[in-house]
Amino acid sequence: MQQKEAQKLWLIAPAALMVSLFFLYPLCFSLYSAVTLDGALTLSHLDKAFELYSKDMLFTVIIVLVSVMLLAILSISIAALITLSPFRSVVGILGFLYRLPLFIPFIVAAQMMRTFLAKNGLMNNAFVASGLMTPMDTISFLGWSGIIITFVWKQLAFSTLLISGAMAALDDAQIRAARNLGASRLRILFGIILPQIAPSLGVALVLSTVTMMSVLSVPMMIGTGTPTMISADMAFRVDSYGDYHVANALGLVSYLICAGLAWFYLRQSLKDKGATA
Amino acid sequence: MVAQSVSNNIVLKRLKRLPFASSFWLQMLFILIFSLLLFGPIINLLIWTITEVWYFPHALPTQWGFKYWHQVFNPYSDVSGSLLTSLLIAVLTVGVCLLVSVPAGYALSKRSMPWRVFWMLLFLIPQAFPNLTVYMNIARLFYGFGLNGTLLGVVLVHSVHGLMFSVWISVAAFSATDPLLERASRNLGAGPFYTFFHIVLPQAAPGIMASCIFVFLESLDEFTGTFFVGAPDITTLPLLLYSASMEGNYQIASITALILLVPSILFMVVIHKFMKPEMLAKLGK
Repeated sequence: MQQKEAQKLWLIAPAALMVSLFFLYPLCFSLYSAVTLDGALTLSHLDKAFELYSKDMLFTVIIVLVSVMLLAILSISIAALITLSPFRSVVGILGFLYRLPLFIPFIVAAQMMRTFLAKNGLMNNAFVASGLMTPMDTISFLGWSGIIITFVWKQLAFSTLLISGAMAALDDAQIRAARNLGASRLRILFGIILPQIAPSLGVALVLSTVTMMSVLSVPMMIGTGTPTMISADMAFRVDSYGDYHVANALGLVSYLICAGLAWFYLRQSLKDKGATA
Repeated sequence: MVAQSVSNNIVLKRLKRLPFASSFWLQMLFILIFSLLLFGPIINLLIWTITEVWYFPHALPTQWGFKYWHQVFNPYSDVSGSLLTSLLIAVLTVGVCLLVSVPAGYALSKRSMPWRVFWMLLFLIPQAFPNLTVYMNIARLFYGFGLNGTLLGVVLVHSVHGLMFSVWISVAAFSATDPLLERASRNLGAGPFYTFFHIVLPQAAPGIMASCIFVFLESLDEFTGTFFVGAPDITTLPLLLYSASMEGNYQIASITALILLVPSILFMVVIHKFMKPEMLAKLGK
């Protein structure tokens, strides 16, 4: 038996080795590089990163928070419509529509938005053509609002998929019982469905945050000028100065932003468990 | 008297239906706005692919045509070259992922595997951390080995990224196989390798195919890793799209984007039937 288990480990070894060598090692190295200089512990890289890019860090946090909130609101409303709407046509159309951007690559989404949201993009042109605006009033949305719009546009499919999956897995009898007792659909959503799907919502939002912090193409293609997201700063630091220390310090900050959100989610779900236990 | 009460009834019924009727149009309005926001950027992209001249403040292009398509599909253009590079990298990535994740998936599908949860989490890590910083440091690491700007370097980076999909989906595929068949084959005197390739693998093949498609798409669309490790020697389609877009060459960028969209949409149509949200709720259980 012991021998058999050892054999199984050999089957996993190549895959585990790949992840350790090409992910875990660079990950640990980035943490190490962020807080050391020639082998000695130092906070100078973090100081420098804060000194140069504190505005961008704040900007990044705000973009992530706003996108996450918009994602939560929109994906809950779409998933709720799919679950609760009495009209089959609405359910059918929405169920097909929301999944469209799921497999559209971020870089393609960024290129679409770069043209769509520009001063002479289709969005402004539609407003002008419908008489809502004159061509001189149009403004370019490329910048912080464009980054948020692109993130939400692309990630909505993923978070709605997770949330409507969780809603579909709920016990139907509860909803029917509540409806028989006269609860409105809105009341059912807030009183019965949302508390039960909260874990899925948390997972969807935390994973979306990680994705938003790792995507380089969107801030580089949509976010023009300053301030910009720290992901673009990292690429700039490495490409222009070869300054890995400050770039890794910024990377540390990006881990912390994700960890902060994950911690908030864990604390919240632990609290919920404590309340029911 | 009776007639009046009947007509009263009808009025009452209509009144009862009214809030629903209005909410129907509200929901339809929501769908309309949603689809405008969803399709607007896609339509804008399509317009740019057949635009020859378009400048402010014209609402639509002043000159339409396929001039840029000829330019793109010219055999000596950058696009055909990088399309081939992209496909080659994606195929090699699928190969590498298959090679390491099929044995790992098979081993992890056994519940008796020691530290099973630990190994599963290990393969989840590349998705749980923002990977930008990691790619930066991989590029630095590869620089030392002379792997920067080589095909092998890019394939390795893409494989690590795809490994999570291929391992997790393979585990699910192997878990769904019938352990009795495997035992029967061994009892009848077949060796472990014969049993694996003739009994177990064919049962798991559909799931493994799905993981291959996932890895292929992920590799085709990968930008960040290639940007750090491959550029400027290796130009994949996403990198070409990026540089064309930054140069303001929106026609080339849009046509490249459209080429990248084709496999994604094909896959979307294929998987639409299989991927129910209800299934996702069971993933990892």
